[in-house]
Amino acid sequence: MNRFDFLRPASLAEAITAAAVPGSVYLAAGTNLLDLMKIGVTRPERVIDISRLPGLDRIEWLPDGGVRIGALVRNSDLAYDARFAAAYPAVAEALLSGASAQLRNAATVGGNLLQRTRCAYFQDIASACNRREPGSGCDALQGENRLHAVLGWTEQCIATHPSDFCVPLAALDAVVEIEGAAGRRELPIEALHRLPDAISATESVLAPGDLIIGLRLPEAAALAGHARYVKLRERTSYAFAVVSAAAMLDMDGDTIRSSRIALGAVAAKPWRAHAAEAALVGQRANRETFETAATAALADARPSGDNAFKITLAHRILVRALTLASAGTPKVMPALPASPFPEQHAPAPKGDLHVA
Amino acid sequence: MPFSISLTVNGQSNSIALDDPRVTLLDLLRERLHLTGTKKGCDRGQCGACTVLLDGRRINACLTLAASLDGSTVTTIEGLADGTELHPVQAAFIACDGLQCGYCTPGQIMSAVGLLSEGHAGNDPERVRELMSGNICRCGAYQGITQAVLEAGHALSAKNDAQPAGVPEDGRNAA
Amino acid sequence: MSPEPSSLQRTPSEPKAAISRYGSNAGQPLTRRDGILKVTGRATYAADNHPEGMVFAVTAVSRIARGRVRSMNIEAARAHPGVIEVLTSANRPPLFHDPDEKMPPFGFRVEVLQDDGVRYANQPIALVIAETLEAATEGAALLDPQYDVEPARVGLDTGLRFDPPGVGVGGAPMTAFGDIEAGFSKAAITMEADYETPPQYHNAMEPHAVVAEWDGDHVVLDMPNQALALSCATYAAFFGIPVENVTIRSPFLGGGFGSKAIINGPQILAILAARMLKRPVKLALTRAQMYGPVGHRGQTWQRLRMGMESDGQLTALHHRSISATSAFDDFLEPAANASLPLYASPAILVEHEGLRLDTGTPGPMRAPGEASGSAALEVAIDEAAEACGMDPLEFRLKNYAETEPGTNKPFSSKALRTCYAEGAARFGWSRRPLSAGQMRDDDGLLVGWGMGTAVFHCPHFPAEARATLRADGTALVETGAADMGQGAWTALAQIAAEALGLDIDEVEFHSGLSTLPDAGIAGGSGHTASAGLALNQAGGDAIAQLSDLAVNDPASPLFGAGNIGVTARGGRLHRRDDEDRSESYAEILARAGRSDIVGTAKSARDPDVASTHALYSHGAVFAEVKIDPDLGQIRTTRLIGAFAAGRVINPRLVQSQYFGGMIWGLSFALHEEAVTDKRTGRIMNADLAEYHVPVNADVPPLEAILVPEDDAIVNPIGVKGVGEIGITGTVGAIANAVWHATGKRVRKFPIRIEDVLSA
Repeated sequence: MNRFDFLRPASLAEAITAAAVPGSVYLAAGTNLLDLMKIGVTRPERVIDISRLPGLDRIEWLPDGGVRIGALVRNSDLAYDARFAAAYPAVAEALLSGASAQLRNAATVGGNLLQRTRCAYFQDIASACNRREPGSGCDALQGENRLHAVLGWTEQCIATHPSDFCVPLAALDAVVEIEGAAGRRELPIEALHRLPDAISATESVLAPGDLIIGLRLPEAAALAGHARYVKLRERTSYAFAVVSAAAMLDMDGDTIRSSRIALGAVAAKPWRAHAAEAALVGQRANRETFETAATAALADARPSGDNAFKITLAHRILVRALTLASAGTPKVMPALPASPFPEQHAPAPKGDLHVA
Repeated sequence: MPFSISLTVNGQSNSIALDDPRVTLLDLLRERLHLTGTKKGCDRGQCGACTVLLDGRRINACLTLAASLDGSTVTTIEGLADGTELHPVQAAFIACDGLQCGYCTPGQIMSAVGLLSEGHAGNDPERVRELMSGNICRCGAYQGITQAVLEAGHALSAKNDAQPAGVPEDGRNAA
Repeated sequence: MSPEPSSLQRTPSEPKAAISRYGSNAGQPLTRRDGILKVTGRATYAADNHPEGMVFAVTAVSRIARGRVRSMNIEAARAHPGVIEVLTSANRPPLFHDPDEKMPPFGFRVEVLQDDGVRYANQPIALVIAETLEAATEGAALLDPQYDVEPARVGLDTGLRFDPPGVGVGGAPMTAFGDIEAGFSKAAITMEADYETPPQYHNAMEPHAVVAEWDGDHVVLDMPNQALALSCATYAAFFGIPVENVTIRSPFLGGGFGSKAIINGPQILAILAARMLKRPVKLALTRAQMYGPVGHRGQTWQRLRMGMESDGQLTALHHRSISATSAFDDFLEPAANASLPLYASPAILVEHEGLRLDTGTPGPMRAPGEASGSAALEVAIDEAAEACGMDPLEFRLKNYAETEPGTNKPFSSKALRTCYAEGAARFGWSRRPLSAGQMRDDDGLLVGWGMGTAVFHCPHFPAEARATLRADGTALVETGAADMGQGAWTALAQIAAEALGLDIDEVEFHSGLSTLPDAGIAGGSGHTASAGLALNQAGGDAIAQLSDLAVNDPASPLFGAGNIGVTARGGRLHRRDDEDRSESYAEILARAGRSDIVGTAKSARDPDVASTHALYSHGAVFAEVKIDPDLGQIRTTRLIGAFAAGRVINPRLVQSQYFGGMIWGLSFALHEEAVTDKRTGRIMNADLAEYHVPVNADVPPLEAILVPEDDAIVNPIGVKGVGEIGITGTVGAIANAVWHATGKRVRKFPIRIEDVLSA
């Protein structure tokens, strides 16, 4: 890690001013930033500690039934907030499926929105990576890329966004509040992260010095009864998603009035599946409907390397998320949040197998 | 740019002069305060060996910048036993053989203490397994670890019976 | 500088655990003697040491896999505040042993900046020493090496094939019994399949570390070490000093799994830096740096062919392995040898071919050869059973080896039938449908059941020990053993206490220090047997001397019992024919005016035993997996092993060893793989986030059945080994369960989601 100046501004205004100096980064918990500094991906000249800034660690309920979450609210505090988990169960489930209990206790909401890709070529500073070093190329394209993007990628970059939290947020049209040199502004979360284009792989639309101070979720009571996040992993816990999906349904009996759907780990941003949502309006909640929606969601998918299986998996995990959501939000958080596996409490009892 | 932070470690308050802003909480504990019970397994938040309680919550000390902790309270494995009396989690780890080489053990134990105070696992082994999954044990002592957390949970709730318990009986939170 | 002996005697002010006692000595499930130190953070691992004046060393490592370092920005590193010295091939002080010369018996070539060449990614190319860890780390990062790159040889296509002179540690590359082609021509049914196992890295939780402190020509090394005496000799040779000038303190190893039994380059460089700077130096590798210079399990490509009569009787068994090693040294997974000891075939051929790749040199990793070979063999056996339409257990019983195949030597003991029977009964194996894809659970998950046979040989290393009976009737026992988690602090003390007829609390045990008698190597699952036998015999020697004093002393109630003999129990000698006539050790010593009696032993295996008997531990592992039919995610839901490994010294610790091995088997089957970029030869998941080892949630409730086995032949204490056998059998059991659930036969490990995905 390089030497840097460490600044601890007392107010938001001081922080924004301090960060106007080039080479500055904000430090909240540091669970992603410090890691990137240790492996040399980020070498800031100034680290501006915002972790103690007042007023950014609150969950506030808004008069319209929505919620405002301060950027410094810890992932676990949000997930275990009873009112929040009841109102936005898929968000809570996504949060609890991410990282480990220790990391969730530290990591902040704002940091989660801005966590950087896990692409091995991004993390390996000896590799070419347009995202780390614009114009250097993309070594992932011809490299070990079985877990890379299947949607929205270009030859510039085939990395995926690693966040679980951001997937249901994208589905829910979360709004990101940003404070910067030019004052305060807001962005829909779909506009926060950028997909690579033909010439670059810029990650977010934030300008240097911009600070996420909070996040708003609109009221979503109609969806709370049928909301799930499902995540496929290569081990049962403490692993990034191979693919994931958030599905929330507003049901009228067994008919879907409307839905909110997003996919994770398939693209450089959490992937809102508008086409799938459109395909579900007014349809009966059944397997065929869900298959149709998943087909719509992945119509543009194409492998970026050795990863065609991810398209199949993304399709299937979306069908699964819809199926589980239509069955209703569980009354208690599953023991293995977002896992396709039901919890296991004891060695399998003798009578539980159906032998054909 | 030397500056100092005040940090309470295992009940003792310290004023620590930091000559280098790069020092993580883990390296501060190990190399400067010589509290070496907390272990470095990966230094990247990927194994849990460095788990300590920061202001009562379990976190990875390796991904925490010491400079940002002014005024905080840290509890490490060295601060867990009450004099000659082992903490129930420590005793349970021995009784259940929840350790082999012992290197991940301080992190496992601090994580278990954090888990029990968080109160989301109840007496459900599957929840314990999930919520202990941030602590890798390469020797494979997981079965003993899970058992130890459950037994320590029983011991602690028996101890705290007089007080209202923070742990829901079935260990589940409303979703 | 006098190194403190390592001991686990506790002072009265220290915490005591409220732990139930189950008796005292061998055979009892005592909790770990080092438990309190480990749960309070007071067990001292190498990197926990901090001698006065210590500085920090960090290695800079190569990012290419083959070529040379053209230049480095030494000035930038030196200019970084706190940096003291930068060692490169240009200024590295001389060593007294050529690092490219292998040192027998277990020496490996090491990379210690002998030139600017690069042989693999993550090879040390410089060592930066600084006043703080932060400065040394950044100094290494500032070196910004430039390379002349040569193409990396990665995988079967680009590696160089060769016929190896040996495999594993001195094993034969080829062994043949019977006429293999005749066996195949006789066969009514044949199977043939190819299997692949990936490179795997030990990843002990404790990264390799050393704290080196010189005093003139003497050096004290705090380092995790599985082979103290051997390492002292090696370091002495490298530094040109007498072996007695090297002291290694290794009271606790944070896991070893084979990787801490061999000498590696980075530690040598740190020791060299300490000598050069005349200051103690600490070096701890980063997690990423452990993917290179400290050994790994080499990749294999295996082919199995079997011929069977129509009733399933094997007629031929052919196992061939291409085993990868580095471009500059040899350690080949003796994978095919896994097919030698287990199944009774009249013709067996096992053979190995070598493959040179631009990687660090592989080394022994928990069950080297046995693990990767068993993975392939046990799946092949399942396939053979399927081809014969037989239940896999029935097939194994049909081909049960009553004597060692090929040699026809009797087994010193072999309770494998009991393992099969007890494991199968506990698992409910008889309810298993023969064909695949037949079972689902209430949640609609695919369910599969599989099994594998576990087997591991019983090596025995020469070892020494000392047992001192003291005037107060207590004892001090000493041997330089290594506890890397298997429980040597506890189990060896139990053996010593038993030999001395004392309660374990009366026995002070010193270990983990190279100045103590040589306990041999903690490897090959042979440490308890090897060091244990030395302790047993040293204790026996002390008791024999004590008994001599008593039976020859007319004042003793034991006078004249010489021919009848005495037994040692509870700190007293008793007449064998009259238990009431006894005398305490303290009384005997006091009357003889002795302050102590010192028993010693140098023990080794009786060579006749190995030439007349086959020596193996055995077991059977049964696995249940559940697989999401649409998504392919796999979870092991039950794992039951039944093992017979001679005498059990401490069932609690033995169970933990079996569990650990079974979890390694699960990891081999479903998780572990180092992924190498084929263009650069760099490992792209050299960490613990993407190199997956199981987490707690991956591990189902485990059961290990300890099948009793009396073995008076294998060694005088009847102990076999338990540390590695759990991996064998388990890999195959899980892979076979995956087949049984899905009908998909995956022959490349680890088994991945896409391998089992339905169309």
